[in-house]
Amino acid sequence: MTLRIALPSKGRLQAQCIAWFAERGITIARTGGEREYAGRIEGVAGAELVLLSASEIPRALAEGAAHLGITGQDLVREQIPDWAGRLGELARLGFGRADLVLAVPAFWVDVERVEDLDAVAAAFRARHGHRLRIATKYHRLVRGFLRAHGVADYRLIDSQGATEGTVKNRAAEAIADITTTGATLRANHLKVLSDGLILASQAALFAARGARWDNDAHASLAELAGRLGLTGAAPLPD
Amino acid sequence: MLAARAHLPDGRLGPGLARLTAEIARLMDAFAAAGATAVDPPALQPADILLDLYGEDIRARAYVVRDPARGEMMLRPDFTVPVVRMHMAHGAEPARYAYAGPVWRMQEPGSPRPSEYLQAGFEIFGAPDPAQADAEVFALIRDLVGADAALVETGDMGVLAAAVEGLDTAPHRRAALRRHLWRPARFRRLLERFGAGHAAETAARAALLARVAAEGAPAVIAAAGPEIGLRGAAEVAERLARLAEEARTPPLSAEQVAGIEAVLAISAPMEAALGQLRALALPGLGPACDRIEARMEALAARGIDAAALPFATSFGRTTLEYYDGFVFGFSAPGRPDLPPVAQGGRYDRLTEALGGGRRLPAVGAIIRPEVLLAARGCPA
Repeated sequence: MTLRIALPSKGRLQAQCIAWFAERGITIARTGGEREYAGRIEGVAGAELVLLSASEIPRALAEGAAHLGITGQDLVREQIPDWAGRLGELARLGFGRADLVLAVPAFWVDVERVEDLDAVAAAFRARHGHRLRIATKYHRLVRGFLRAHGVADYRLIDSQGATEGTVKNRAAEAIADITTTGATLRANHLKVLSDGLILASQAALFAARGARWDNDAHASLAELAGRLGLTGAAPLPD
Repeated sequence: MLAARAHLPDGRLGPGLARLTAEIARLMDAFAAAGATAVDPPALQPADILLDLYGEDIRARAYVVRDPARGEMMLRPDFTVPVVRMHMAHGAEPARYAYAGPVWRMQEPGSPRPSEYLQAGFEIFGAPDPAQADAEVFALIRDLVGADAALVETGDMGVLAAAVEGLDTAPHRRAALRRHLWRPARFRRLLERFGAGHAAETAARAALLARVAAEGAPAVIAAAGPEIGLRGAAEVAERLARLAEEARTPPLSAEQVAGIEAVLAISAPMEAALGQLRALALPGLGPACDRIEARMEALAARGIDAAALPFATSFGRTTLEYYDGFVFGFSAPGRPDLPPVAQGGRYDRLTEALGGGRRLPAVGAIIRPEVLLAARGCPA
């Protein structure tokens, strides 16, 4: 069967993916009209392009609907509980860099580290009658991080956008969100805790262990891996 | 596969199901004979109550469903909380309850643990003599699991709590340690911080605290940024005062820290463990030791060789989170692949948390009927 490769369907991440392949001599061409989500990968026999929203690529890989895919490490780790068991990370691509960080209001001079947040959470709950709220869309990653740091008495509030504004709007007391330069955090009077880096993420090329790896798919992967210079990268099923 | 259930490949059909049903009936009959009223709490529980009790971590372990009218609900991860709530709302005292049914726990992908399994349980509320009630529940469960789960472990969460309360140090330190009794890694880090690590910790805060001393907390806070959100500048100033107090408070002595560590290290037959605890002669441990002794006598009066029961102060510290006194577990010998067949303990504090401050002595235990049958080696 054809080797199905999932790429982000639009935007900067897609442009960077296309450039990454181009640097390695592989042309990815959009086909059809400007608004049609279709394209093809040239020069690799038996490979087919699947354009998906970057946030849907982890699930497509976990379900084996695509053999390969490029998306953010943060999305994979957040969405796929046992991601390492279901996907293999073939290459880190050096773009799409984003840090998932834990941030609190800058005027909280008493809170410098994650463990300060735990002490504050206890006092906050006693005073306000509810648990300290942390706004994020990365529930699994944040919960795992806080558990590892022994933080209790907090509550995650789902925030799918404009997370930095939730503190000012009194919807949350702290946030965990993606940042690249920290400018948006600073503009919203927030600071990152000194040990508050939850994940340093970048775009990566993943392979799906659960996809159908027949001889054709293996042959296409071998050809692609050779062209991309992915040596020793074979975290695939037997 | 479709006939499989937790630990029993054929437990949902025909003879396999009949064996299980008969086993549950045997347990429920025994609970009834011990004076228990049967209760049947709803499978769907309000998520808020469980979240308040267990914290956000419960979301990773319980199935959350969204009801358009009632908001977030959880498939009950255990019976204790719903039974306590029913009792607090409707119950007469003293009261004994029995129940049997499925509970649901979300497991990590690839985990061999079942996400749906049965519990049959027995709870006593309001019994005036804790030692007698502890012994009664233990003896009842021991008789029911018999030789199929002869590996016994016991402990007492009250011992570590008492050792913390007995520490001669600032109240804020005792409160911090008390809060993390159930999180061993965090507890140890705090102990370090208040002891040998105190100097380094104080040094790390020195610059901030010096500025606060020189300029005053309001000025330092205002210079850092505008006041936003629900936690106000007054709360920040309050905590700065506590940090200054912590810096001023002398560190825990090496003896104090060693005392807590010695308590945590105790693991011996119950009578020997009690002797070791008494020999530590730590402040505050006396009453906790007296409780162990009274319980040991009550167990012995029921024909149990209590002095020889394995006892460890740290047993149940990570897995049995709401227990705050006697804790025990029964496992199947030679079957480390199976979870404990039965476990239980005392949870007075939970009744306080769920009963709006009304505290009630409470002790109970659950048996996992599927595990009990699997341990007995029923044919697959």
